[in-house]
Amino acid sequence: MSAPLLEVRELTVHRGRTPVLDIPSLRVGQGEVLALIGPNGAGKSTLLLTLAALLKPTAGTLMFHGEVLDSEAKRQAFRRRVTMVFQDPLLFDTTVRENIASGLRLHGVAAEERQQRVEATAAQFGIAGLLDRSARHLSGGEAQRTALARAFALRPELLLLDEPFSALDPPTRGGLLEDLGRILADTGTSALLATHDQAEASRLANRLAVMRGGRILQAGALQQVMNHPEDPFVAAFVGMETLLQCTVSAAVEGVLTLALAGHELIAVGEANVGDPILVGIRPEHVTLSLQTDKTSSARNQLPGTVTKVIPWGPFHRVELDCGFDLSTWVTPQSLAELALAPGRPVVAAFKATAVHVVRKGPQGG
Amino acid sequence: MDLIWEGLRKALELLVGLDPEVLGITLLSLKVSGLATLISVVLGLGLAVAVALNEFPGKRLVIALMNTGMGLPPVVVGLFVTILLWRNGPLGFLGILYTPAAIILAQAVIATPIIAGLGLAALQHLPPELRLQILSLGATRRQLVWLLLREARLPLLAAVMAGFGGVISEVGASIMVGGNLKGSTRVLTTATVMESSRGNFEVAFALSFILLVLAFSVNALLTHLQQSRRPR
Repeated sequence: MSAPLLEVRELTVHRGRTPVLDIPSLRVGQGEVLALIGPNGAGKSTLLLTLAALLKPTAGTLMFHGEVLDSEAKRQAFRRRVTMVFQDPLLFDTTVRENIASGLRLHGVAAEERQQRVEATAAQFGIAGLLDRSARHLSGGEAQRTALARAFALRPELLLLDEPFSALDPPTRGGLLEDLGRILADTGTSALLATHDQAEASRLANRLAVMRGGRILQAGALQQVMNHPEDPFVAAFVGMETLLQCTVSAAVEGVLTLALAGHELIAVGEANVGDPILVGIRPEHVTLSLQTDKTSSARNQLPGTVTKVIPWGPFHRVELDCGFDLSTWVTPQSLAELALAPGRPVVAAFKATAVHVVRKGPQGG
Repeated sequence: MDLIWEGLRKALELLVGLDPEVLGITLLSLKVSGLATLISVVLGLGLAVAVALNEFPGKRLVIALMNTGMGLPPVVVGLFVTILLWRNGPLGFLGILYTPAAIILAQAVIATPIIAGLGLAALQHLPPELRLQILSLGATRRQLVWLLLREARLPLLAAVMAGFGGVISEVGASIMVGGNLKGSTRVLTTATVMESSRGNFEVAFALSFILLVLAFSVNALLTHLQQSRRPR
């Protein structure tokens, strides 16, 4: 098996005496886009700076193509193949053209090739028309496109992105996310993206790692982590809003019957009868109707009452009392058709496969 | 007022007539203060870069000392340099007291902390992550320093102007270590002091006027450098 593109082992970073990062192992493969998500202060930026060889770890090894970066010369050579883009565009006080060319100049790329690469990269990022503008007069989105083009012009093997979209307004961010996703796929560039937005992560990444307190709580394929979070914090962070502590009342051929506050839930999984179990339900997997539908494939159909309706961007977030709290998203159209308002009785439906087992065992930690 | 007009007339006369003595004094002022500034740019910017890019214990103390140095009184510098260069002093063997070299040395001592202090402030004013960004683009240490200096060029050139302004206008150190010797260490400021103490006010005015024009020309040149090659 060939070595992964980038690998860290037993990495720790201390600030003063306080440990701020503790990563026993992390790998980034060729062509992979790994999103690091977690709240502010989780250590995402510190991890990226360490992986970019810009911050010396207190202990641990950093390996690139299986080679340990154990000297300043190797770290310097590594920084010519791996580039970081920050939240702030950090452009130089010169033209867009010179900004995109700046990394190429540092690498000693000849003038002719430099010019050609600058123009090609600017075209990819849709800023070809801005090349002779001063970087001081760019909008936030244009500046971040220039910063990304400056990094991409170097044709890095790995791109480290530290929340590069968080200062942008939603339409600008959407456009840039789409372009960046396309360019990453077209060029086959591997990337690590730090973000606190799970939607951003799911648009660009194929792997996901959830961080908190300087540690990686869970890492895996995007859908795996999104749908099978291993702990309540991860569940909440990937948008699994409803978490329920139940008891297994029956288990037959991979189908579980769970008891919860006088109700029964049907889930898919393996567990022993009598065991406590923590399950999660993503709001987008819950649909609402006015009466029970016997023909539906949704095996869980629970009557409840609307407690809250909150406008949330293009959707409405509806909170229900079904004997336990449950939340879901509905379109403004459904909201009107079902006449949803606090006090309205409804039936919440979701499939057995939508009830994800988060953790077996009693609640705690 | 008459005295001022008389001074301006005299200044023009001395300049247009290319009075050899005045021309010599002017060129010496320019040479001495220019060289002193050049030395201070090398030492001061070197110090500013070293302090800005490194973390070490006592860094704050060093910065406080640099900032204090920006206000060094020229007469104090003059006194110390005189003692250093005195025949029996530690640098007495050089035998440069009362030569232009002594003035250059004293003026460099005055301008270095000014350029270092303002230069450090200029570098520290850059976004802290810019350094990491430049390194991440693959810069070597030398390329990093060059790019940071280029990014801070506006305030850095202001620092150079402040340094030059500080030494072209000082008189205390020049007179103490140079001695205002005619044809050898007489510069515009020391000559102005001498002429006005003798009551030759129109000559003193003329010299002052030349000093102002000189300071303006050098700063105009530096300002041109500072403001050019900046895209709109």
